Amino acid sequence: AASAQLQLAVPVAVVFAPGSVPGDLPRPLPFRDVQEMEISVNLRSHVTSRYEMAYRRAMAREEAALDAATAREADAALHPLQDSSLGSLTVYVVPETSSLLPQGINVYVGKHRSALVRAGEGLAALRTRLRLLTQVMSFTASSIAAALSDRVPNSQLGPDARRHLKSSLGYEITFSLLNPDPKSHAVDWDIEGAVSRYVQPVLDKLSVVANFSVDSQVRAGRGLAGCPGVQFPASNVFVVCPQILYYAVLGVTPRFDKESSSFLLSAHSLPHVINPVEARLGSSAASLYPVLNFLLYVPERSHSPLYIQDKDGAPVSTNAFHSPRWGGIMIYNVEAPASPQTPLPLHVEVDMVRVMGVFLAQLRLLFGLSREELPPEFLLESPGNEGLADWELDRLLWAHTVENIATVSTTLTSLAQLLDKIGNIVIKDDVASEVYRAVASAQSAMAKLATGHLHVAFQASKEAVTSSERAFFDPSLLHLLYFPDDQKFAIYIPLFLPMAVPILLSLAKIVREARQRRKEPTKMD
Amino acid sequence: MAAVAPAGSWARVATALLVGCCGAALASGVQDQAEQFFKSGHTNNWAVLVCTSRFWFNYRHVANTLSVYRSVKRLGIPDSHIVLMLADDMACNPRNPKPATVFSHKNMELNVYGDDVEVDYRSYEVTVENFLRVLTGRIPPSTPRSKRLLSDDRSNILIYMTGHGGNGFLKFQDSEEITNVELADAFEQMWQKRRYNELLFIIDTCQGASMYERFYSPNIMALASSQVGEDSLSHQPDLGIGVHLMDRYTFYVLEFLEEIHPASQTNMNDLFQVCPKSLCVSTPGHRTDLFQRDPQNVLITDFFGSVRKVEITTETISLKSDLAGFESKLPKDELATEPLKYAEQLPVAQIIHQKPKQKDWHPPGGFILGLWALIIMVFFKTYGIKHMKHVF
Repeated sequence: AASAQLQLAVPVAVVFAPGSVPGDLPRPLPFRDVQEMEISVNLRSHVTSRYEMAYRRAMAREEAALDAATAREADAALHPLQDSSLGSLTVYVVPETSSLLPQGINVYVGKHRSALVRAGEGLAALRTRLRLLTQVMSFTASSIAAALSDRVPNSQLGPDARRHLKSSLGYEITFSLLNPDPKSHAVDWDIEGAVSRYVQPVLDKLSVVANFSVDSQVRAGRGLAGCPGVQFPASNVFVVCPQILYYAVLGVTPRFDKESSSFLLSAHSLPHVINPVEARLGSSAASLYPVLNFLLYVPERSHSPLYIQDKDGAPVSTNAFHSPRWGGIMIYNVEAPASPQTPLPLHVEVDMVRVMGVFLAQLRLLFGLSREELPPEFLLESPGNEGLADWELDRLLWAHTVENIATVSTTLTSLAQLLDKIGNIVIKDDVASEVYRAVASAQSAMAKLATGHLHVAFQASKEAVTSSERAFFDPSLLHLLYFPDDQKFAIYIPLFLPMAVPILLSLAKIVREARQRRKEPTKMD
Repeated sequence: MAAVAPAGSWARVATALLVGCCGAALASGVQDQAEQFFKSGHTNNWAVLVCTSRFWFNYRHVANTLSVYRSVKRLGIPDSHIVLMLADDMACNPRNPKPATVFSHKNMELNVYGDDVEVDYRSYEVTVENFLRVLTGRIPPSTPRSKRLLSDDRSNILIYMTGHGGNGFLKFQDSEEITNVELADAFEQMWQKRRYNELLFIIDTCQGASMYERFYSPNIMALASSQVGEDSLSHQPDLGIGVHLMDRYTFYVLEFLEEIHPASQTNMNDLFQVCPKSLCVSTPGHRTDLFQRDPQNVLITDFFGSVRKVEITTETISLKSDLAGFESKLPKDELATEPLKYAEQLPVAQIIHQKPKQKDWHPPGGFILGLWALIIMVFFKTYGIKHMKHVF
C-alpha cells in the first residue's frame, strides 16, 4: 500500500451579525485564521484538514436578511449573497439572545451551504461550535476513514464503513413493483410521472457526482417492458428502469398478530426476504454500473395488512427496509374494501408521493447521507423535493474525491509492482498514456484539494480513476500471454537437451584440441 | 429433488413460527446475530464454478459443477452473480441416453441440470485465458455482463474447480494447464484491486492440495479433495448411463449442502469434516492460515448463500406534490430521438469486408538466437571452416 499525504482545504467565511462579536477576539475584524487538524488513517497515510476561516462583519444587505422572522427565511434571503462554490461554507453568527433560532437550538444548518450559529459565551464556546459545525458540513475523521477503508485495518472501522456505495462513474437504479396477488389487486403506479417529478430533481442534484442524461432513459421505461438497451450511456449516468413483477412472493411467511389483527414480519427474517425476489430482477445487460433496486411490495389479500416489526417489536413507521449496496424494499398495504362484496380485483392507485419519500430516503442512506448522529442542539433544514442539501452533496464529494485518489494510487502502485515482478510484459502505448494521464490528473486533484477547489478536484479525481482503471484492466496485461521463465525451461529443455549432447561433446573436443595445440608449440621448441 | 423442497419450506415455516413466538426472549440473541452478520463484512456473494474437462467419460466433472451450482442457487445466489463455466455439454451430448439431464445420484434420483441452468462459458470458451480474465477483470470491453465477475471489495467469492489435475497444475480441455503459481498470482491481482472481501476456493481433482499451496494473498480459505500424491476417486457408476456420475468428495459435499438452508448456522469446521478417509479414500485437505477469521465463526452461507444484511429504514423525506414541475418538462418529449434499429448501430460494411488481422511478427528473442548461434558455431568449428564458403 502506498503512502498518501492528502491535504483537504475548506474555505469557511464566518460573518458576525451586529451584537454577536465576542469580546475576546485575538485580532480586530476582519482577519483570517487557519485551523489544521491531522486525521491519521494508518502508519503511512495522513490526511490533514485545513479550515481556512475568514472572519468579518456582516454587510448591510446581510444584516437586513438576518432581520427576518425565522431562520428559514433568513437562510433563503442570504443565499444569493454568499459564495456558493462547491466545498465552501458560510457561517453567520447571531447574538446569543437572538430569536432567529428556536429555543434550545444553537445551530441551524440551511439547505445550501450556510448555517446560523449562536455566538455563545465567549470565543472558546464559539470556536467549539464552529469546529463541530464545519465538520458536519464537510467531512469528519470517520467519513474520511470510511473513504479510505481499503487502507484501514478492519477492526478499527464501525459497521458504517461497509455500508456506503463506493464511488463509481454511474449507477443504475431499478424501480420494481411486486404484485403477488394480481387476482385481488390490480395495482396501478404512475412510475414515469413519479420518476420525473420526484426522482429527477434528486438525480439532477447528484449529477455532479455521476452525470445523468435525462432525456432518453427516463422516458423510455414503459411499465412492463423494462429497460431498453438501445442508447448506451455515454458516460457517468444514472439509468432508471421500472418494471412490474407478478406472482413474486416474499421468501418468508409472515405471522399473524391477534392484538393488532395484522401480519408481522420480524426484523431478523428480513434478510431472507430478498433472495427469492433477486433472481427475478433483471438488470440492463449493457451497463456495468452498480445496481440499486427499489422494490414496492403490495401484500396478498390474505396477508394484508403487513407490517415490519423492529427489534423492539414495534411496527416500523415507514414499513420499509434497505440493504447496504443493494437497495430497498417498501411494503404498501392496501386498505381492505369497505364491503366484502366489492368485486375483485380491487383497483389500487399507489400514492407515489409517500412511496418516493421512502425510496429517496433510502437512496440517501445508501449513499451514506444520514442525519441521525447529530447533537440535539443542531437543527437541520429539510431539503424538500431536492432530496439533499448542498452541503450534503459536498460531503459526498469530499468522501468520493478522497476515495478516488486513494484508489488511483493503489491501482497504479499495484500495476508498477506487477511490472516489476513480470519483467517481460509489453506495455502498449495507449496503456502507458493512460497511466501518465492518471498520474497527472491525480496530482492535479490533490493540488486542487489543498487549495479548496472541490469541484475541480472531484472532476480531476474522476478522470484519474477512469484512466487508471482503463490502464489496469487493459486486456493486454494478462501475464499468461507472456512467456514465463519457468515455462521456457519446461518446454525447451526436452527439445534441446538431446540435441545438445553432441554439441557439448564437440565443444569438449574443441577445448581439448585447443589445449593440445597450445602445448605442442612449446614442446616442439 | 421433489422430496427435498417441501421439507425445506416446512422447515422455514416452522422456524419462522417458532422464532415469532419466542421473539422477545430471543431479542438479545438476535442482537448477537446482527453483530455476527456485520463481522463477516460482506454485502454480496459471487460464485465462479468451473468444470475443465471435456469428453463424455468426464461426465462426473460436469455433474460435480452442476450440483454445486444447484446448491448455490438454492441458497440464494442469483444467476447474475454466478459465473458457470462448463467445458463440455453432457446434457445434450449424443451419447447421453437421457437427453437434457445430468444426474448426480445413481438410479437417476437427482437431475442437477434442472430447468434454469445458465451456463456463461460453454465448451471451447472454457480456457485458462478466459478463466484468468474473469478472475482478474482484464476482459475485452465487448464481453457481456453475464460473463463478468463484477465483484467489489465487499464480495465474498466462492471458486469451485473440478477436472483432471496433477501436482501443481489443473488440466483444461485436454490441451492446456493452469499452474498453481498462475492461480496464486491471479488471486493476488484480485486482492490488489480489492475484488474480493473473502474467497473460498474448493478444488476436486487428483492431488488437489497442490493447487492451494502457493496462495499468498490474504483472506483466502481453500479446500481440496485430496493431498499431493493421492488421487481423488469417483463415486458410483450408473449402469444405465454408462459413466461415473460424481466424484466422491463433491458427492458428500452435495449431501452436506442439501441439509443447509439460508438461515442455518453451520460453520466451516463442519465442511472440513465432510468426506473422511473412510468414505473418500483420499484425504481431503484445507488451508486456513491466510484467512483472518476463525473458521468456527464462518457460516456456510457466508459463501454458499447470499444472506444480505438489512437495516430498517427510519428516515423519510416529505415530498411536496409537484404538478407544475411536471408540466414544464413535457416539451422536452418532442426532442426525444427515434430509437435506433439494431443493425444501424453496427458498422456492417466494415464487418463484412474485414480482412483477417495480421499477427505481428516478432523476431526471435535473445535466448533462441544465442542457442542457434552456439549450434552453428560448434558445427562449423567441429567440421571445419571450409564448409562456410559453401554457405556464402
